[in-house]
Amino acid sequence: MAGLLLRGIKKSYGTVKVLHGIDLDIKSGEFIVFVGPSGCGKSTLLRLIAGLEDITGGTLQIDGQVVNQLAPSKRGIAMVFQSYALYPHMTVYDNMAFGMKLAKGHDASEIDKRVRGAADILQITPYLDRLPKQLSGGQRQRVAIGRAIVRDPKVFLFDEPLSNLDAALRVQTRIEINKLHERMAGVTMIYVTHDQVEAMTLADRIVVLNAGRVEQVGAPMELYHRPDNLFVARFLGSPSMNTIPCTIVSGSPDASVQPDGCNKIAVAAVIPASAAGKRGTFGVRPEDLVLTEGSDAIFHGTIDIVEQLGEVTLIYVDVGTSEPIVAKIENEAVVAKGQKVSLTTEKRHLHVFDENGVAFPRS
Amino acid sequence: MAIAETIDVAEKSAGSDLFRQRVRSAWLFLTPMLVVLAVVAGWPLLRSIYFSFTNASLTNIEAAQWVGFDNYLSITTLKSGRVIYDGLLVDPLWWKSVWNTVRFSVVSVILETIIGMMVALVLNAEFRGRGIVRAAILVPWAIPTIVSAKMWAWMLNDQFGIINDILLHLGLISQKIAWTANPDTAMLAVLMVDIWKTTPFMALLILAGLQMIPGDIYEAAKIDGVHPVKVFFKVTLPLVRPALMVAIIFRMLDALRIFDLIYVLTANNAQTKTMSVFARENLFDFDKFAYGSAASTMLFLILTVITVVYIIVGKVNFEGGR
Repeated sequence: MAGLLLRGIKKSYGTVKVLHGIDLDIKSGEFIVFVGPSGCGKSTLLRLIAGLEDITGGTLQIDGQVVNQLAPSKRGIAMVFQSYALYPHMTVYDNMAFGMKLAKGHDASEIDKRVRGAADILQITPYLDRLPKQLSGGQRQRVAIGRAIVRDPKVFLFDEPLSNLDAALRVQTRIEINKLHERMAGVTMIYVTHDQVEAMTLADRIVVLNAGRVEQVGAPMELYHRPDNLFVARFLGSPSMNTIPCTIVSGSPDASVQPDGCNKIAVAAVIPASAAGKRGTFGVRPEDLVLTEGSDAIFHGTIDIVEQLGEVTLIYVDVGTSEPIVAKIENEAVVAKGQKVSLTTEKRHLHVFDENGVAFPRS
Repeated sequence: MAIAETIDVAEKSAGSDLFRQRVRSAWLFLTPMLVVLAVVAGWPLLRSIYFSFTNASLTNIEAAQWVGFDNYLSITTLKSGRVIYDGLLVDPLWWKSVWNTVRFSVVSVILETIIGMMVALVLNAEFRGRGIVRAAILVPWAIPTIVSAKMWAWMLNDQFGIINDILLHLGLISQKIAWTANPDTAMLAVLMVDIWKTTPFMALLILAGLQMIPGDIYEAAKIDGVHPVKVFFKVTLPLVRPALMVAIIFRMLDALRIFDLIYVLTANNAQTKTMSVFARENLFDFDKFAYGSAASTMLFLILTVITVVYIIVGKVNFEGGR
């Protein structure tokens, strides 16, 4: 049962600033996912929380106690590493028991009970006598998680735990981590990933990081539907949101924009009248676009590329903008390269960002 | 069916053709090496084993006569009934040399391993200028033994040596010590120079092993809250053990046949005379070529036995796999 409080957390290596003051409140029992592109500082932030790196500035509280100067083992945390970090010369059992064995105050029967309990949860009991090298990647990852469970932590830290697994195993392990979170209610989990699917499916709240700053914090669907800014809008969702530089024609209540190279489009965003005439960015998600024959079309163009993924088809349409517009359409639709098509969407799906990339709220 | 069989046969012959070709090229690459080994190692070894069974002398090697095991052990019964044992196996000087060698090797290799491990652990840490320190530490190893032995001989000189001078000024000794001549200190002097010289080699071999250990294990241990000393004994040492065992046997083989350092530093000192020095003395100084050959052969046998025992007992793995 432990919440975390981050206040102005900064980290620099010499003159290189990696984190520029992170403020974050994490509630007890929450599943928080740090997500962002490589080099955004998400792993560094996790390592600061773990105590594997020193905090340059700001304060970090776990369970109401400032832990800036506390050794990792005293913070009540457990960590699962990307590369598993198992001791290669010890059996699965010893890997899981090692920390407890060497820390004073645990008798053998208690250690045995905890190790077997964790092994049972993760279904690795048959492998307890094996060495890590005799296990598959997925099994090793379970051992690493088991070692963390044995520590009975208040805060569970995951550093890209699925990135070394193959696609099928990743999905399976993801579901297991989700179950683990349900089983260990009250244990706070912080999970670092660059994979937005993991972020969307696991998180209670997602923290989107970019270049050492927090871009937005919120529930997955909130971030998806109401991104605060262009970065979050483009980072979540696959393929990325179509964004086109535009001129804001008029403000609310009859707000409309003119994307470069396209016709004027009416939008549902709340845009102040003073913004009229200024530059901005217009955005629409590929999955919100549909093919149309009618007069409601917002884009007309020729199909450049067709990618069939089975359940959906991606079409890249040249509508006269510098980048082609991507649309995700139902697979029954019969389209071919070179075909002229029109695309439309409902007004409520359109996003508008100001010249600094900050989103106008959507009504 | 017939077609399938034809394909089968064709595949087999193609496969064995490829196999034969591979075997041929393997031999092609190996042959020069084997020839060189046979000429520079095999032939001299066989010659000295042969001479150890003859009465060859340095002045007349060609006239050597076969004498069987006499150089190793000859038993003569006198008319009076007295039995006289003679030969290498009952030569107290030889056994003194064997003891000197073993004592020197064990002490020097143990100390080199411990100090080398400490140096390697320091060099494995991240710090500014690590590359330069790593290069600098190799200097003693890079200097030819004869040069470093002479250098140390001067520094250890009883009259003009800097070591006596420093120790006198610090008040640690009251009179100058003849380090290399004094029976009490000769072995100490030899050990000191050998450790100074070969610790870097040990350190670098161990360092290579340390760098194979993934760093995240140490972070996991940190989170587990394991004390660094325990981490060393429970994690680092077991993981670096394969590299360590190979490094120790390299050094052990080197130490057991030590010659140059002792020959330059403490020639003719009975306290430091090793098997190699004993063999050389007999071969060339005493004109007992056959007897020296017998000593060389025994040296070879002792080395072989120690190596084999070490590999079996220590479960040394030269494959490098874990």
